[in-house]
Amino acid sequence: MERVPISTHIILIIGALFMTLPVWVAFATSTHAPETILREGLQFWPGAHFFETYNEVLFVEGGVMKKVTATTMLKNSMILGVGFAIGKVVISMLAAYAIVYFRFRLGVPLFWIIFMTLLLPLEVRIIPSYEVVANMGLLDTKAGLIIPLIASATGTFFFRQFFKSVPDELLEAARLDGATAWGFFIDILVPLSKTMIAAILIIMFVVGWNQYLWPLIMTTKEENYTLVIGIKQIYQVLNEGGELPQFQKAFALTILATLPPVLVVLIFQRWFVKGLVESEK
Amino acid sequence: MKRVQFEHSAIPYMFIAPQIIIIVVFFLWPAAQAVYQSFLLEDAFGLSSQFVWFRNYSDTIFSGAWLQAAGFTIVFSTLVTFLSLGLALLLAVKANEVIRGASTYKTLLMWAYAIAPPVAGLMGNLMFNPLIGDLYIFMNSIGFDFDHKLDPYDAGFVVVLISVWKQVSVNFIFFLSGLQGIPKGVQEAALMDCKSSTRRFWTITFPLLAPTTFFLMVINITYAFFETFGIIDTTTQGAPGGATTTLVYKVFQDGFRGADIGGSSAQSVVLMIMVLVLTVIQFRFIEKKVHY
Repeated sequence: MERVPISTHIILIIGALFMTLPVWVAFATSTHAPETILREGLQFWPGAHFFETYNEVLFVEGGVMKKVTATTMLKNSMILGVGFAIGKVVISMLAAYAIVYFRFRLGVPLFWIIFMTLLLPLEVRIIPSYEVVANMGLLDTKAGLIIPLIASATGTFFFRQFFKSVPDELLEAARLDGATAWGFFIDILVPLSKTMIAAILIIMFVVGWNQYLWPLIMTTKEENYTLVIGIKQIYQVLNEGGELPQFQKAFALTILATLPPVLVVLIFQRWFVKGLVESEK
Repeated sequence: MKRVQFEHSAIPYMFIAPQIIIIVVFFLWPAAQAVYQSFLLEDAFGLSSQFVWFRNYSDTIFSGAWLQAAGFTIVFSTLVTFLSLGLALLLAVKANEVIRGASTYKTLLMWAYAIAPPVAGLMGNLMFNPLIGDLYIFMNSIGFDFDHKLDPYDAGFVVVLISVWKQVSVNFIFFLSGLQGIPKGVQEAALMDCKSSTRRFWTITFPLLAPTTFFLMVINITYAFFETFGIIDTTTQGAPGGATTTLVYKVFQDGFRGADIGGSSAQSVVLMIMVLVLTVIQFRFIEKKVHY
């Protein structure tokens, strides 16, 4: 084996600093008083106002938004992340099961309809999508937030690929034992897909948590804001100027919006990488 | 298709129905609406509308603002794609070489994947804040007359920097898994034949990574087109004077802020065609990959 030259480590360390330093600075600055930040600029070491800032952002009414606290936004983000991940896995597994294990007349056209969602990202149909949800009376509801987001093709393709790799003998054996279509799915296919499901759940939780454009246009009431939408609000408040700008709260909000998905990615790193690399193929 | 399948008539429809219903209601119907509205001209009060053929298209697409946005989108996507791919490839190659500390490096380089674009945008925005931002102060101290609120190039620089930062981690993950997929035997043979590690990289490793690179190019262009919306919306908001407005940001601005439904729809349809082209390229390529 060759010896690893020192330049390799230097490049990697610079790269790691480039990727982590901004978030570290955001955290360090969030723990200082607004006067300090305004006087001295960004901070590289944590200050003494950690509890004060985060307490105010998380628990005090009017601390960060007009009324809601970051705890409420955290809860909304969690519902969106988890609901999005579970919804996506459930509907795409069901659809992939129908496509792989059944011969039915509309199978091929329906598969193409699912494929077409790849051509229609939210951004190209944003105004009519908003109108549809508004007409159904689903603005500012959890259902209106989550359901339109869960029907894309990637999950279905992912499970379709996996189901195809499951040996045919399993179904033969199950049928000899008199398994129904539903029984085979629940008792055999779902347990077999456990790692696949975990990998996709992790990826989709992060994707759901990070949704921006859709929640932005279809939530109008503060109590429905997710943390990522709160980011937009605090941006506007900072830009309006006025009294002492609350930079520490803006930074605290970015840290809160970052922490849960980052933790999920770090804890389940192996599954996350597997899910990402496999699902994008 | 499985060799062995169930042969029921109604059951598969029940399994596939939830997804199809959502797609028809929230994808196909709105997309059809966008196409339909792109041919209509509403009066100022939205009371009546008139079929105007391709007028919305000619009005918006040949307007200076749209052409400016298209130009920026092309430059922006190219810069973001090449810079983030190049940076990620360099880091992945280096991370693949090291043994000691390899997993720490990997974790530190990939974790930013979890950060939402608007969150990265706000963070970057604060770093460039004229009151407190060290980067703003730094840029001015080294002799640039830096002002991203007024200067279009400075604004572009900020948006590109944040967009690249946000995208490096995804590219890194894919490049690293591509590098790890190169068989040990090939690497050892290359090591014997060729002493120079730079030449080894360009003649052996890089061609073997071509499928990953191509795939990532499509992913990155899509990212630069669509997902950077959150970054732009929390930094420049398309300013100054529309200099950092991407095509997607313009659809949003015209549709929601300007309430120009016809023009916004026409732009949407043009974007749909662009996505179609990207997808076709992607799939033709994947077909080729199968024959490897």
